[in-house]
Amino acid sequence: MTTSQRMIKNLYRDSVSLMQFSEKLRALEGIKQASAVMATENNISLLVEAGLLAGAVPPSPNDLLIVVEGRDEASTGAALDSAEAMLKAKSAEAGEGGVRRVPPRSIQMGLESMPSANFVLISTPGEYAAAEARKALQLGLHVMMFSDNVSMEEEIPLKRYARDHDLLVMGPDCGTAIINGIPLGFANVVRRGDIGVVAASGTGLQQVTSLIHRFGAGITQAIGTGGHDLKSEVGGITMLQGIEALAKDKSTKVILLVSKPPSPDVMKNVLDKAAQSKKPVVVEFIGADPKTITGGNIYGVKTLEGAAVAAVLLSKGRAVKKFSSALPAKYKSLVKPAQKKLKKGQKYIRGLFSGGTFCYETVLLLSEALGKVYSNTPIKKDEKIPNVWKSLEHTVIDLGDDLFTQGRPHPMIDFRLRNERILQEAKDPETAVILLDVVLGYGSNMDPAGELIPAIQGAQKIAAKAKRNLVFVGSVCGTDSDPQNLSRQEAMLREAGVLLTDSNAQAARLAAAIVS
Amino acid sequence: MVNKLFEQELQVINVGLSSFADSIQQTGGKALHLDWRPPAAGNRETGMKLALLVNDPKVEAANRTAFERFLAAQPILIGVASARNAIPNLGERTLLHAGPPIEWERMCGPMQGAVIGAILYEGWAADHDAARKLAGGGEVTFAPCHHFGAVGPMAGVISPSMPVWIVKNQDRGNLAFSNLNEGLGKVLRFGANDASVLDRLKWMEAVLGPAMDAALKVLGGVELRPIIAQALHIGDECHNRNAAASSLLFKKLTPALLKTDLPSDDMARVLEFIAGNDHFFLNISMACCKAMLDAGHGVEGSTLVTAMARNGVEFGIRMSGTGDAWFTAPAPTVAGLFFPGFSQADAAPDLGDSAITETAGIGGFAMGAAPAIVQFVGGTPQDAIAYTREMFHITMGVNGGFTLPPLNFDASPAGIDARKVVDTSIAPVINTGIAHKDAGVGQVGAGITRAPLECFEQAIMSLREAA
Repeated sequence: MTTSQRMIKNLYRDSVSLMQFSEKLRALEGIKQASAVMATENNISLLVEAGLLAGAVPPSPNDLLIVVEGRDEASTGAALDSAEAMLKAKSAEAGEGGVRRVPPRSIQMGLESMPSANFVLISTPGEYAAAEARKALQLGLHVMMFSDNVSMEEEIPLKRYARDHDLLVMGPDCGTAIINGIPLGFANVVRRGDIGVVAASGTGLQQVTSLIHRFGAGITQAIGTGGHDLKSEVGGITMLQGIEALAKDKSTKVILLVSKPPSPDVMKNVLDKAAQSKKPVVVEFIGADPKTITGGNIYGVKTLEGAAVAAVLLSKGRAVKKFSSALPAKYKSLVKPAQKKLKKGQKYIRGLFSGGTFCYETVLLLSEALGKVYSNTPIKKDEKIPNVWKSLEHTVIDLGDDLFTQGRPHPMIDFRLRNERILQEAKDPETAVILLDVVLGYGSNMDPAGELIPAIQGAQKIAAKAKRNLVFVGSVCGTDSDPQNLSRQEAMLREAGVLLTDSNAQAARLAAAIVS
Repeated sequence: MVNKLFEQELQVINVGLSSFADSIQQTGGKALHLDWRPPAAGNRETGMKLALLVNDPKVEAANRTAFERFLAAQPILIGVASARNAIPNLGERTLLHAGPPIEWERMCGPMQGAVIGAILYEGWAADHDAARKLAGGGEVTFAPCHHFGAVGPMAGVISPSMPVWIVKNQDRGNLAFSNLNEGLGKVLRFGANDASVLDRLKWMEAVLGPAMDAALKVLGGVELRPIIAQALHIGDECHNRNAAASSLLFKKLTPALLKTDLPSDDMARVLEFIAGNDHFFLNISMACCKAMLDAGHGVEGSTLVTAMARNGVEFGIRMSGTGDAWFTAPAPTVAGLFFPGFSQADAAPDLGDSAITETAGIGGFAMGAAPAIVQFVGGTPQDAIAYTREMFHITMGVNGGFTLPPLNFDASPAGIDARKVVDTSIAPVINTGIAHKDAGVGQVGAGITRAPLECFEQAIMSLREAA
């Protein structure tokens, strides 16, 4: 085995396309490992750690570094040559009349080609995102910052500038939004309707909008705020702007807010603003007691599903029913047959999640029903899992945690890590239920069911060898307009024996009922 | 505005992951994906400083002022006089040179050769060794041409007795100067300093300079922008190709010269000299550009680049809003074609004040008008147009006076905005001759190079906003 490297000067590609490109290189004749990255300090140290780079090289973030490990120098050399050729082929596109044109490189230059642009979607590495957002705002454009790792010190001035100029900054770390019917970032294709959403959580937003679609209603706008917005330092600037805009928006009849519980001062401002809107406002502060969320036009709910149900009822002009925590009848019938499959020692739920909010909501609901639940995102400090790689009693893991995503695509895209963990849980004689979330929509894997099913079958095989059975419970977050198609994905999973519910909350309740 | 967004068609500029632009398009939205890279080579401090300047009202206002002054300039070639008499405050033992400031010890070969030649020409020393000693001994003051409103190609060495063109900007009254072009081959600007070079310089001082001044007096000055405008329509870009402009000037000068009392043998040599040098207009083109750019210099808060110049060691720029400061980086090498017998190994790094032409929007910026030039780098006429088109992205506007036939008579890009250079990482393109690295060998090739981005990044970091 031999490793070779090549630096290509002044060539920038985004991290996702480089990961796809690295995959292509791995498929080349005689190549075992390959990695193409921008030559940043962080990437270089990752390569050194992985043993692909003998020693650190000086960082040069505008240059592209390719490292390959292969059979011999002939194959690594050939791989590097074809890699360079592939990368350069793309940039040599000829324009009109054979005259080469420089593709737009900056936001301002983008405006030359798209003069009526009104929005900038930023997904650069976090260290550069604030500067790009600043430019966009100063050019009078609304912003969504998908990028994470942007500090609050950078976020606050951006949001204040935006507020003062009546512009929107969604994010940083805003994974999803739907504006004027167009899904942005990781988002589902949701019917247009009269419910306006403002959410501080990406998967929370995906869950409520997908369920609204599933329940036959639709949305006007789904505004993401990013996870820091409701901290008292930021003061909920984007959420307040969002509520105000939806209050003024003639197409919006019902407003739906989703967030983890904000700090008390921000909560007061948000609820005051909601009250001023004079429209029905459904509020899901995940984990907060709905009774603390009150006001004439304000409806505090529990669970994301509860929020979607309430919003749809209000949109149809119907009364909001009192919230019930009981498992609906259609799922109750699944409990007994599932329990019958389990052996005596199989006691615990193992939740393996790709969506952070799905994980959090599950921990909340399982704790309520079952008591102690270990997690890497626990509610109580003493329930933090000591070793994230090994489950303990009831365990629910967020695989989208930074810990798991260093140098690896997000688990909504890349199922390898979750599939390995499913097999690992199957070997544990105490595992009863494996609880999953499946997220559809743009940005996610194009066939999640197809990715999961081999692991599910593999897990059942492992269990069968030990004369056990496993119960798989899950929910699919998505719509039938998503590119993956909800009904097809659900049918495939059901076929593989997975017990599916409409929502994440019901999946947690069903799992809890099975092990109770 | 937020509510207005809800009523408009969403049009997204996508910065980062290209798949996000694809999904917007697949769902019927409009998205433009940027070929983005971190500005300022990933330096976050510069990146943020730049971001704060983008579309900043004060910078925009300052740039409008600077750009208008630059465009409004009416450079007139009014005469020729010795540098001593023409250039205000030029000290007696002062030698001007190309590019940003540099001391004798660090000067490149061609510049040292030119300095020695100029010392001998002035008679400050009797021979090479004495001249070298004088240059290194601190008795000669060296200063950039740019510090005196002057520009010189290649080594750009101007000494007090040398004749210089005087260009006056009629609009604001500022003056610019350049030395007279010696032709190709063994010449001072490439560091040659033997007797033939010094004899020619003496003849230029005694005959050519006064003859030109007399002719210009007869003409009452020559407006330079119309000559450049016309030359751009005949295949010049007025930096590396001046064949048309030199001919046009010759047409103007000859009848005027004939009206002077120049003796006929001098007349013959003067006319032969001009007719034999396709680069005769270069120095005038440069002084014209300098006069235009100086008009836009010194506007507080402006990011208009007002000079790009090289001394063979460093490349330097000046910006309107940062006064006399230079922002420098190592001079790049020039990618080009070499005359038979020479190669890249013989080349000096980029040299000369002639990049003032690109700074003013001609030269490399007008390459689309001069397809013959791209042959130097083995390119096609399409490549020439592409270079010009690329420069539109880093300029403040266009120069309506200079139109380019191959671009459908579009006006040429004009007024480099340092912010746009840093934001796009598109470096200004420069057409240039390549000097041999050793003194006196002369030009060994020609080609295309780019201004180093670091200079523009430093300029952005140094800008203090107008109060």
